[in-house]
Amino acid sequence: MATLKISDLHVDVETEDGPKPILKGVNLTVSSGEVHAIMGPNGSGKSTLAYSLAGHPKYKITSGSVLLDDVELTGLTVDQRARAGLFLAMQYPVEVPGVSVTNFLRTAKTALSGEAPKVRTWVKDVNAAMDRLGLDHSFAARSLNEGFSGGEKKRNEIVQLEMLNPSFAILDETDSGLDIDALRIVSEGVNRYTAQGDRGVLLITHYTRILNYITPDFVHVFVDGRIAAEGGPELADNLEAEGYDRFVRAVAASE
Amino acid sequence: MTVTVPNVAEAAESPASHLHPVASFDLADHPLPTGREEVWRFTPMKRFGGLLDGTPSSSHLSWDVSLPDGAATSELTLPEIVALGVPAPVDRASALAANLGGGAVQVSVPAGVELAEPIVVRLHGESIDDVVYGHVVFRVGAHAKATIVVRHTGSARYASAVSVLAGDGADLTFVAVQDWADDAVHAGHTGLRIGRDAKVRTVTVSLGGDIVRLVETAEYDGPGGELEQFGLYFVDAGQHIEHRLFVDHNEPRTRSHVDYRGALQGDGAHSVWVGDVLIRKVAEGINTYETNKNLVLTDGCRADSVPNLEIETGEIEGAGHSSTTGRFDDEQLFYLRSRGIPEDEARLLVVRGFFVDIIRRIGVPDLEEQLMRVVESELASSVIARRGEQ
Repeated sequence: MATLKISDLHVDVETEDGPKPILKGVNLTVSSGEVHAIMGPNGSGKSTLAYSLAGHPKYKITSGSVLLDDVELTGLTVDQRARAGLFLAMQYPVEVPGVSVTNFLRTAKTALSGEAPKVRTWVKDVNAAMDRLGLDHSFAARSLNEGFSGGEKKRNEIVQLEMLNPSFAILDETDSGLDIDALRIVSEGVNRYTAQGDRGVLLITHYTRILNYITPDFVHVFVDGRIAAEGGPELADNLEAEGYDRFVRAVAASE
Repeated sequence: MTVTVPNVAEAAESPASHLHPVASFDLADHPLPTGREEVWRFTPMKRFGGLLDGTPSSSHLSWDVSLPDGAATSELTLPEIVALGVPAPVDRASALAANLGGGAVQVSVPAGVELAEPIVVRLHGESIDDVVYGHVVFRVGAHAKATIVVRHTGSARYASAVSVLAGDGADLTFVAVQDWADDAVHAGHTGLRIGRDAKVRTVTVSLGGDIVRLVETAEYDGPGGELEQFGLYFVDAGQHIEHRLFVDHNEPRTRSHVDYRGALQGDGAHSVWVGDVLIRKVAEGINTYETNKNLVLTDGCRADSVPNLEIETGEIEGAGHSSTTGRFDDEQLFYLRSRGIPEDEARLLVVRGFFVDIIRRIGVPDLEEQLMRVVESELASSVIARRGEQ
């Protein structure tokens, strides 16, 4: 049983006009076994939350704390956070020419577990994960994300999720840009991951569509850099019907 | 940009390009450069150590050749070389090599012959005190197929002329590796003439030497020729490595694709890449693309990268170029590190990938494997690898 505890997190992003505050005091606790959906309008800071948790250099944590069990993540490097158990499925996975998917996965797995995976079972496992995500085996030899379609990139993120099997996964708009078949396949991958029972998910999304396939335990509405409302899955239904306007107006009125 | 036009425009053999001096076998057409000429402006002339002075020398590089069945060597005098119609020397280094080298060694593959094994020429210099002039002519006959590898090791002050003639319909892969010792000095010209519908692929790998300056020119002997040129270089502290390419699209429906990549590390590492393409009025329906990418691994390096395109006809299929020089892509490093890969290992992956990305395009599996080994050994001694051990 592990816990990811975000407390009063404030984050600035560097802009040409100096630092600009984006996150303004985020409080959120995800326990293993739970799926938390974070929903919000464009520009509310959802992706900033994802990237600052993973340690992207563009975002500066000005105050607050992120504890993974008793490990404070905010002082760790990007790769140290990953080795502590954090995974970020990115909205725009980066292309790395000349680095094959299989070499990348193997290097990552070795870094995370401290020993190289056994060659024979590893290839079989990677192929099986690709099969489950509907990616042809030829993708293993291709350069990481290079020339992949948007949907293929997202499937590849979930292949990594399955192979690296972190304790906590942040999925940053993994559903955006997916057609309905790809959405179902990707969601099934996430569900297999959570079905292990001891993994936590922070599912960041703009749309309620993915929640038809992945049932969240908690839904948080994100507005202007903090959580404006919280509830169960019914909150997502409410958002589907009414949109974000009510929450945006409430936050504006309170300022 | 101001372009210095050498005062040789009236010379008969000069290409109609603004960017290139005369091509000529006559030494008088190639006076000792001062370093202020457009084509020499990036080059630290002093480090040639008098190589271009023209002092006669009878020193040679040791010559060792693996000659598969079907290929042959012979010797040529200068008049015989000229009579073959090889591309004339374009700079003083190659003009010296042609005039003072005592003729040339010719390696030839007869028409229609497909070689099962590559021709490998190993040239080795014994001492930096030796001034060496050397001219090698490679002739691949019509519809012949061959892979030729020229490998330079050891040390010398070496002025080279390399002439490559690919006959009509020939299929040639030509590889030149500059794996010199740290103090070597090398300046030269490789001139390619590409027959009608011939396919020529060149791979130039420059690793060692104090100063290496290679001019590579290509011209076509008929329509339909295809040229691919790949280059790889590692430039360490204090090294000067310069590649100057000139593709002369002088025939219609010819193609050229140039892709050179280098990594620089250490104080005073300096690379120069100049990629010139001339599309003449007759060269309708041609296609050309040139690209140069430099990865700067440490402070104190300098990469000059200058693509030029001169177009004299609009009736072409395509023409373009690109040049990028930069440090590591932060987003790539972030992505790799977000999967737990430590920073130094992520950097190694990216640099290796940078070279893999070009090597895999060569399309000759044996050669690709060899080049990967070269890259691995360079990476093993690189600053990022050393940093990773700490």
